[in-house]
Amino acid sequence: MAQASTTGRSGPEAMPMPEKIPVTLTINGVERRIEIAPWTSLLDLLRDRLDLTGTKKGCDHGQCGACTVLLDGRRINSCLTLAVMHDGAAITTIEGLERDGALHPLQQAFIDHDAFQCGYCTPGQICSAAGLIAEGKARTADEIRELMSGNICRCAAYPNIVAAIQQAMDAMGGKP
Amino acid sequence: MINFAYARAGDATDAIRLMAAAPGAKFIAGGTNLIDLMKVNVERPARLIDISRLPLKSVEETAGGGLRIGALVPNSDLAYHPLIQKRYPLVGSAILAGASQQLRNMATTGGNLLQRTRCAYFYDTATPCNKRQPGSGCAAREGLNRGHAILGTSEHCIAVHPSDMCVALAALAAEVHVLGPKGERRIAFADFHRLAGSTPERDSNLDPGEIITAVELPAKGFAANYSYLKIRDRLSYAFALISVAAALEVENGTIKDARLALGGVAHKPWRRPEVEAALKGERADEAVFARAADLLLHDARGFGHNDFKIDLARRAILRTLGQAARGEPQSQSDKKIR
Repeated sequence: MAQASTTGRSGPEAMPMPEKIPVTLTINGVERRIEIAPWTSLLDLLRDRLDLTGTKKGCDHGQCGACTVLLDGRRINSCLTLAVMHDGAAITTIEGLERDGALHPLQQAFIDHDAFQCGYCTPGQICSAAGLIAEGKARTADEIRELMSGNICRCAAYPNIVAAIQQAMDAMGGKP
Repeated sequence: MINFAYARAGDATDAIRLMAAAPGAKFIAGGTNLIDLMKVNVERPARLIDISRLPLKSVEETAGGGLRIGALVPNSDLAYHPLIQKRYPLVGSAILAGASQQLRNMATTGGNLLQRTRCAYFYDTATPCNKRQPGSGCAAREGLNRGHAILGTSEHCIAVHPSDMCVALAALAAEVHVLGPKGERRIAFADFHRLAGSTPERDSNLDPGEIITAVELPAKGFAANYSYLKIRDRLSYAFALISVAAALEVENGTIKDARLALGGVAHKPWRRPEVEAALKGERADEAVFARAADLLLHDARGFGHNDFKIDLARRAILRTLGQAARGEPQSQSDKKIR
């Protein structure tokens, strides 16, 4: 039989009634006012409420990186954070990287280098790489591999992913 | 995930007040561990008190020459902070050895201290676990315990503390600043985390209703001779089987001061001042390091699957002290161990 934690609550006491909380988020440059339940992860908000299904749910536990998005310019796992905590924040997903119909240099580089097979991890890989380039801490291939280790690719396209990131890094001159 | 109520705290006093009014609530900041545990039903708070906007995000030099790190400074910002890189590179190296950059961007300094064990039985609510359900037993002792503790274990729990950063903070003798209903207090790092003993449900000596406001590093940072070596099942983004934080002060080949702490081996970062004292005044050579390793691991015992960790720890200690003595710290991106 399942044994629940002693922390928090015990027994079949009533769960709190759904309480929606208003938040304002700027998502891919568009300001959205949304009312959400506090237990909504940022990932579920993006996919289920806003139909931004480019961001993928892989493990839902922060272990695979498929849900990586940029929060105020920094890469995070959207599965491990509550949307309600980010009132006022700016979020960029894979859908928000292109500019005026032109692919982001990382998107183009992933195509050029065939940096995927099934493609499921790719939105997370690209958002993570965008964060990595903005951080400016990775220069060598070793450093790219280490700082991209939060993004798992079960097809093992890793050599091509590293090459794609190197190409985009050069193309972007280290700028986000 | 379970349903819960949510409140946002404006400042630290507000956070303490909200918690006092709502027993069964949990504080949330980075959330990377708490939300994970809520998804698997191990943590079931009725209410979350969001402290992520509290003004605890600065890194400041103290009058005594140390460094005061706000509890909400993200792990990534701390690792790359110029004062950490220059004066406390052991801390920066240990942080970068842990988790992924996405997680380090979310996880906070205070939350890193309070993260819970990754023991698979703690996570699996279908199995007994004294840490999750006191009195239910420990499935790890007779179970798959490859990653479990070899030092300071109890019959009730053989879980390890998962942090890398805390191993460095233990070695440097940091201090934890705490605020609670009874006011402020400071806890020496060695006294912050607990051994499992008969109360494995308690990871630390933080009292209910208290929050960490800062971590303070003393003036001495051992920036010239240090190394953090982490041994794990894959080259990155995995918890430690063994990790070693070593810091030395060496003059003409003689050890003037030494710090040595282990991660992945116990319910808290493992440090023994008598081992460090035994290194002082000795030559910085392999024979001396071997004696220190034997002393530190004297009481180590395995539980079957993790027996190999005792030898692994001994070899890792030798390597790390050697790296520290040579002034060639382990790189966290080039994984060759030299």
